[in-house]
Amino acid sequence: MKLPPVEYEAPTTVSEAIDLLAEQLDEASVLAGGQSLIPLLALRLARPEVLIDINGIAELSGISATDGWVSIGAMTREYVAEESEVVADAVPLLAAALPLIGHEAIRSRGTIGGSLAHADPAAELPAVARALDAEFVVRGPTGDRVIPAAQWFEGYLTTARRSDELLVEVRFPATGPGTGVSFAEVARRHGDFAIVGLAVSLALTGGVISDARLAFAGVSDVPVRAAAAEDLLVGERPSTELFDEAARRATGDLDPPADLHGSSDYRKTVAAAVVRRGLRAAAANAARGSD
Amino acid sequence: MVDITMRVNGATREGSPEARKTLADFLREDLDLTGTHLGCEHGVCGACTVIVDGRAVRSCLMLAVQAAGREVTTIEGLALDGGLGVLQQAMWDSHSFQCGFCTPGFVMQATAFLADHPDAGEQQIREALSGNICRCTGYQSIIDGVLLAAERNREG
Repeated sequence: MKLPPVEYEAPTTVSEAIDLLAEQLDEASVLAGGQSLIPLLALRLARPEVLIDINGIAELSGISATDGWVSIGAMTREYVAEESEVVADAVPLLAAALPLIGHEAIRSRGTIGGSLAHADPAAELPAVARALDAEFVVRGPTGDRVIPAAQWFEGYLTTARRSDELLVEVRFPATGPGTGVSFAEVARRHGDFAIVGLAVSLALTGGVISDARLAFAGVSDVPVRAAAAEDLLVGERPSTELFDEAARRATGDLDPPADLHGSSDYRKTVAAAVVRRGLRAAAANAARGSD
Repeated sequence: MVDITMRVNGATREGSPEARKTLADFLREDLDLTGTHLGCEHGVCGACTVIVDGRAVRSCLMLAVQAAGREVTTIEGLALDGGLGVLQQAMWDSHSFQCGFCTPGFVMQATAFLADHPDAGEQQIREALSGNICRCTGYQSIIDGVLLAAERNREG
């Protein structure tokens, strides 16, 4: 379908965009890469009165590494992050997830901030942000707020961003040495939304797991950390038995949604398989890295 | 209405679309470039794929006003002298297409992909084309065509 009539603003600075948001409050949608918002408009699932297009705000794009953090401007395109050596070196879990987002043409336009502000619980980036405890920097009329990932995702397509705030930057902690990562997912075809996805980061010290981070996509209305499995893993040595038990603990309390692509029970079974697969891959990845 | 200027297939084009008009509709309705096809109109089928500043994009998921100042290539831009390009000829030789509706999207996606990955193998090509839907062929003949084009490009 064609898009409904809508007013259009194209600010060129963040402060201009914030002024526009303050004027429009709940009537505005922020247009970043548009790979989710434009379909929502076409399908009449979103009916903003005004689009605030932030594609012309140069200061919102860029990737930089400082003091153990990698900061990514909200308008940074997914393909740019995918090709970034800084991301590949310092946030390998993000690098592993990026090629799985949509299809090549989607990543040409789609942005890091846009995906995380849209907050689709089946998408890859929310699970990565949740696994790594990323931080979200939003700017509004009263200044900046920094929101940890644990508080950012409030519900289905809902974040802690207030309607007069703009997401300007997302910060990922740089991954330490000896850490293995993997993004495991099962989807109908490459590029489709995951039936279940899992972001895994395992740090090994002397062959023992010193830090474990697991976050699911597609099993709830927000990305979900598998805390019980993480607690089990830390202090242990990787083994098939350990990963089997981690899969049981990670999925014991899950009550995934059912849809066209799979029932709740099916998703739960897939989730357990993805935990085993993801842990194996991350452990192998950590072993390779420490050679 | 917003006044815009962009480069399309090497020529400067101007227009005054409504802000809500997608690049796909602007190309088809305002510039009469109807080679770009619209299937689903919400970013799922890939039929409307064009190349903007060297990257494949879905022209139904981009506003015409966002293409202002950009370099756009559509299917019409691939055969400027009236002949077929290497990829088009290879797809023709491989019987890549049947009804032709998805064709411009596949050709544009494959064009952008081969430019960046001249040595791509079958698996990479399958992944690169995974966002384009064809209801006729079963895809194998399309993959064959792209592989053949890559081979002919390498042979020069």
